[in-house]
Amino acid sequence: MTAIGTDLARRDGTVKVTGTATYAYEAPVERPAYAHPVQATIARGRIRDIEIEDAETLDGVLTVLTPDNAERLADTDDKELAVLQSDEVAFRGQLVGVVVAETSEVAREAAGLVRVTYDEAEHDAELATERGSYVPEQLNAGYPTESAQGDVDAAMASAETTIERTYTTAMYHNNPLEPHTTTALWDGDSLTLWDSTQGVHPLRSTIAPIFGLDEERVRVICPYVGGGFGSKGTAHANVTLATLAARAVPGRPVRLALTRQQMFSLAGYRTPTIQRMRLAADADGRLSAIAIDVVEQTSRIKEYAEQTGTPTRIMYAAENRSVTHRLVPLDVPVPSWMRAPGDCPGMFGPEVAMDELAERLGVDPIELRIRNEPSVDPDTGKPFSSRNLVACLLAGADRFDWADRDLRPGVRRSGDWLVGTGVAASTYPVHRMPASTAVIRREAGRYVVEIGAADLGTGTWTTLPQIAADALDVPVSDVEVRIGDTRYPMASVAGGSSGMTTWGSAVVEAARAFRDKFGQDPADGDEADGSVGPADEDHAMHAFGAQFVEAHVHADTGELRVPRLLGVFAAGRIINPRTARSQFIGGMTMGLSMALHEHSVLDPRTGHVVNHDLAEYHVSVNADVTDVEATWIDEHDPYVNAMGSKGIGEIGIVGTAAAVSNAVWHATGVRVRDLPITLDKVLAALP
Amino acid sequence: MDSEIGLRVDGTPRRLTVDTRTTLLDALRERLGVTSPKKGCDHGQCGACTVLVDGRRVLSCLTLAVARDGAEVVTAEGLAPDGELHPVQRAFIDRDAFQCGYCTPGQVVSAVGMLDELDRGWPSAATGTGEPELDDAEIAERMSGNLCRCAAYANIVPAVREAGR
Repeated sequence: MTAIGTDLARRDGTVKVTGTATYAYEAPVERPAYAHPVQATIARGRIRDIEIEDAETLDGVLTVLTPDNAERLADTDDKELAVLQSDEVAFRGQLVGVVVAETSEVAREAAGLVRVTYDEAEHDAELATERGSYVPEQLNAGYPTESAQGDVDAAMASAETTIERTYTTAMYHNNPLEPHTTTALWDGDSLTLWDSTQGVHPLRSTIAPIFGLDEERVRVICPYVGGGFGSKGTAHANVTLATLAARAVPGRPVRLALTRQQMFSLAGYRTPTIQRMRLAADADGRLSAIAIDVVEQTSRIKEYAEQTGTPTRIMYAAENRSVTHRLVPLDVPVPSWMRAPGDCPGMFGPEVAMDELAERLGVDPIELRIRNEPSVDPDTGKPFSSRNLVACLLAGADRFDWADRDLRPGVRRSGDWLVGTGVAASTYPVHRMPASTAVIRREAGRYVVEIGAADLGTGTWTTLPQIAADALDVPVSDVEVRIGDTRYPMASVAGGSSGMTTWGSAVVEAARAFRDKFGQDPADGDEADGSVGPADEDHAMHAFGAQFVEAHVHADTGELRVPRLLGVFAAGRIINPRTARSQFIGGMTMGLSMALHEHSVLDPRTGHVVNHDLAEYHVSVNADVTDVEATWIDEHDPYVNAMGSKGIGEIGIVGTAAAVSNAVWHATGVRVRDLPITLDKVLAALP
Repeated sequence: MDSEIGLRVDGTPRRLTVDTRTTLLDALRERLGVTSPKKGCDHGQCGACTVLVDGRRVLSCLTLAVARDGAEVVTAEGLAPDGELHPVQRAFIDRDAFQCGYCTPGQVVSAVGMLDELDRGWPSAATGTGEPELDDAEIAERMSGNLCRCAAYANIVPAVREAGR
């Protein structure tokens, strides 16, 4: 009996294709009121005065909250979440007020009537150099800021070949299609939040102390998430604001959806990065040194240190290694998680640099990577639990007709188009969160699994039943799973591609406990729970992949098209091939979007993201994508978890942009080291 | 200023009072509780709010409700009366043409509207000199007003192609 590995349609398919799945704004409540935020229009300074009379007296307005009259929160340590607690403005777009009204139209009109004057201070919102930077104590997810082995400078000085180049990635916004949204309802001292979140329990743990509540008094409900890609992994200021607004109108539920424009300053984003890469190699391309020095930004009110250098620690063998990070604190919105934090931007510079080294040596870029394949994790010296990067590269090369590839750039034409192909590696660590619990109960002849997990399109509604079915040794149709509510046992955030490893392990433990206790013929009402155990610490655990790109560049206009994308992944056992393929190709397409389109343009004069909507912040659309395919190799890893699976939600976006840049070089001979790859960057060098 | 209007929504006649500023999308979602069409941008840039109005696909966030008094509105929910899924909806499930599901009602309605436009011979930017045909380039072009951040495009195209046969 193996439900795992079976191609099953999504259980939430019908409610999603009919639009009857209920997202946070659609929570079934009586007489909702509507909130609309007021945002700061300066990048730094103090509020001198806020006039709210015109807004307050507008027909239909219930209340107007500002730092002058909002309640004092119980915990203001997190300055991003401590909204309306001070007259200080730390970035443009920060929350300075909220209007609650009978209708959304009135709330919005009244928000426009709130008049705020400021004492403006000088600001700095531009990441250009490491000027003013500092060394953070640690990086996101707890990674060390710096690591070093051997002597990179000496290796660079004595090597036959070196590459020393600087690469940059842009500021990116997650932009899930569902805006960050909350419906908040106070009943006395109890709070219910229908919130669009990647984790109901983590959100509760964040919000409860801010309002001085025991966690038992807060219920968070979120059966469906309209995308998140990390931005809904941690609470942002809009959740505090909605909760404050609801407390100001007792007995009334309040709905607050950020507008698309507001999301560009309030819902997190990926920091731009500056990556100085150094490679030293012998004539055969064997690396003697690999180093990356990263400069990136954080906000002044809350530190976020993207772990951009981490993949360089584990990708290739080299005796001399160095990874550093510097953070520049700026008067900018608070950066946060975006799909594959660290690995996504951090595999751009290194994977283009490897292509540059291959070019310099006249070596095939796949062969170069194979020559530098490490036998153990070069960072820790631990064995890999499984590492099949080479198998991915070779399988992809086979499917992409790589053997016939001419190494020379700029020599292939198809009509008016220059044609090239490129490759880059992908990687993403296997994360396991320390705590999650599932309960399994016999109900009306079926097995019901309850766990506060999330499905942000990742397939949890469908894949957790598959795991439970195998663990209980029953058909998957006998299993019902309930997720997305703090009434179910505690589950960790859907982040770091950790969901299946963590929740799945809890489900397997619960199934074992259930069978131990009740055997094969349980009675109605029998129940048992189980929790995730500690992670293996003896192995380095990562998923790997290889991405192949065909790029076309118009010889006259520089227009760029990517008609073909192929990803081959080694990510352990695949729970459901249908939903897995969607995650891989979704990540790869978002990587294509990063390569060619995405770029939040922050005006240093105002601290404002000027292209703050979906007409000007371009994401890939249907016509940008032609042939995108993902496949995987059969990988068995006994160390990662009971299922043998690795997370797959993020690896798809890792390496794509480098593969595109490498393919554009192969097509044109132009190296684009600064994302996005736009036609102006290749045009001048075209024939 | 408030106005009373009538709409026929997914086959049911409805009377409602709207602010003259109320969009058709907000009228459906916030006045009538019809939440199948979604709000992704409120500026006609993402397509999540797509509904059929008198048989044609429109962006309901760019449509004032008061200007559509008497209109026939069909949402993705209305495409599946009595739970019987429309062929486009079945194809979306078969092809896994969505992940988070938030853009999906708009994608489905847009696909239904687009197939009808193609049947009528309306050209698009992807159409050559002859009659437009149901091929992948036409589908991708005509579906490009519907953003999918989960990026299920490579599954949406075959789903629409199969449903359109």
